[in-house]
Amino acid sequence: MKKKFSESSLKEIQEITSRYPSKRSAILPVLHLAQREFGFIDNEIVELIAGRLGVEPLHVEEALGFYTMFDRSPTGRYVMRVCTNISCSLLGSGGILEYLEKRLGISRGFTTPDGLITLQTVECLGACGSAPVMMINDEYHDNMDIEKVEGILRNLGA
Amino acid sequence: MPEKILLKNVGRPASHTIGSYLSSGGYKALEKAVRKMKPGEIVEMVKKSELRGRGGAGFPTGLKWSFVQKEPPGVRYLCCNADEGEPGTFKDRVIIENDPHLLVEGIAISCFALSIETAFIYIRGEFAKGAQRLSEAISEAEIRGFLGKKILGSDFNLAVRVHRGGGSYICGEETALLESLEGKRGQPRVKPPFPASVGLYGRPTVINNVETLSNVPFIVENGPERFSSIGAKWNTGTKLFAVSGHVNNPGVYELPLGTRLSTLLFDHAGGIRGGRKLKAVMPGGSSTPFLTNEHLDVALDFDSLAAAGSMLGSGAVIVIDDATCMVGTALRLTKFYRHESCGKCTPCREGLGWLVSILEKIESGKGELADMSLLSDVSSEITGKTLCPLGDAGVIPVQSSMKKFAEEYELHIKSGGCPFERAGAGSAAG
Repeated sequence: MKKKFSESSLKEIQEITSRYPSKRSAILPVLHLAQREFGFIDNEIVELIAGRLGVEPLHVEEALGFYTMFDRSPTGRYVMRVCTNISCSLLGSGGILEYLEKRLGISRGFTTPDGLITLQTVECLGACGSAPVMMINDEYHDNMDIEKVEGILRNLGA
Repeated sequence: MPEKILLKNVGRPASHTIGSYLSSGGYKALEKAVRKMKPGEIVEMVKKSELRGRGGAGFPTGLKWSFVQKEPPGVRYLCCNADEGEPGTFKDRVIIENDPHLLVEGIAISCFALSIETAFIYIRGEFAKGAQRLSEAISEAEIRGFLGKKILGSDFNLAVRVHRGGGSYICGEETALLESLEGKRGQPRVKPPFPASVGLYGRPTVINNVETLSNVPFIVENGPERFSSIGAKWNTGTKLFAVSGHVNNPGVYELPLGTRLSTLLFDHAGGIRGGRKLKAVMPGGSSTPFLTNEHLDVALDFDSLAAAGSMLGSGAVIVIDDATCMVGTALRLTKFYRHESCGKCTPCREGLGWLVSILEKIESGKGELADMSLLSDVSSEITGKTLCPLGDAGVIPVQSSMKKFAEEYELHIKSGGCPFERAGAGSAAG
């Protein structure tokens, strides 16, 4: 079935485009919107966005390939992004990542077979004062340790 | 008790709401600016305050503004840099989430000073909560007449828009930020021309950090002399120091510029955790050369840190203890820069990759002594040979760690591996 934006998304896209004097500026905000609505952005959605905004599909593709927050293929219901940059590394993010890989039975970059969790590593999330830090979907989770991680996994149904 | 300019409201109930902001005297500075002052007067005030950019470069704010001021009248833009991507930095987030109106007021006054009618807050994509808080604050301000058309009954109009990034460290660089706002990949531009003359959509643009702009209401309300009475000449005002790593009390501390490193580390951040000793500190984020125990007395300001061979940068103080491998630390950071390279300049794109390969070789025990001079050679082919400072920053962890901890590199090479990992101690290799 051909993908299309919901009515409320279409309204939001209109509001977004009104903020900028240039159509192309709307690409990043609409990529965020599309990621939220569809869960990922494939070629079909690239064309959908380009058509809606009146920009070249190549320009949407260019942004999609450059920015790290967008997924090109379906992800799990929960996307866990573990920061492995300096302050988080100094405080044990390596151990947390290893635990997650073992516990979930997947390597970083992959999704659990039941489609529940995608595990990714990311660079500095700007919350170093409460390292180690990870994001689950849009939310930040601070001061992580293995015990807390296990608690979160149980809550998510893993 | 040192004066608080930036964290004054943080900690109050509902501090992010306009009700709370107004009850603590908020928007009085904007009122004074718009009703009683001329735009040029405000620029002069900021110049006189000697405020320097708080994003990392420390460029005098008044001087930066004067470049835009000189441009012929017409459409101009202000971009607030809320990308906060420098590893170790988490200070702008405190203002954005807990006192967004301070930033909104700072933006409004700055736009009035430079005859700007549209401002964008470019906020890193991961800060979803911050973007939400800012959008709400902007709506609240519009309803009360602090933003929008004919602000406070004047002829000044201003629209402020929040624009989320998509996950990219380089978009914190001014011209890459502009490219990203225009919907493109965040690849830095050739300069000149500078954003002050050719910026967003080709128009004169000023780009300032969150913390920089958040100082403007205080300067306007209390006068530049009150601001410059804190700190030292050309190193004025307070600074948000974001302390992380091996300390007992990591967090954001607002202290006068010029506070000693030892005061910050031991009197405020609780000293080194786990009973360990201090080994190294990056005083201004991951792009700043390491300081060691001999520098504990250094004043944390732009000029003193430069004289000590490092930089104030964003004021992100990353603390490393004596159980940590410096080769592993250099490797972790160089991998970061390689990942974040936009790819435009060959020395950065290729050179950082080579630095990572050589460091991996050394960290895994396969290094040779010649690798150390190879690291220096490759680094020297990057520094100063790129369009933006990412390349320059990318070589600092390896250059600085080789300079201060050469014996650790030699030990890795001679003993065929990481002595810290074998001892079961910390590795930041990641």
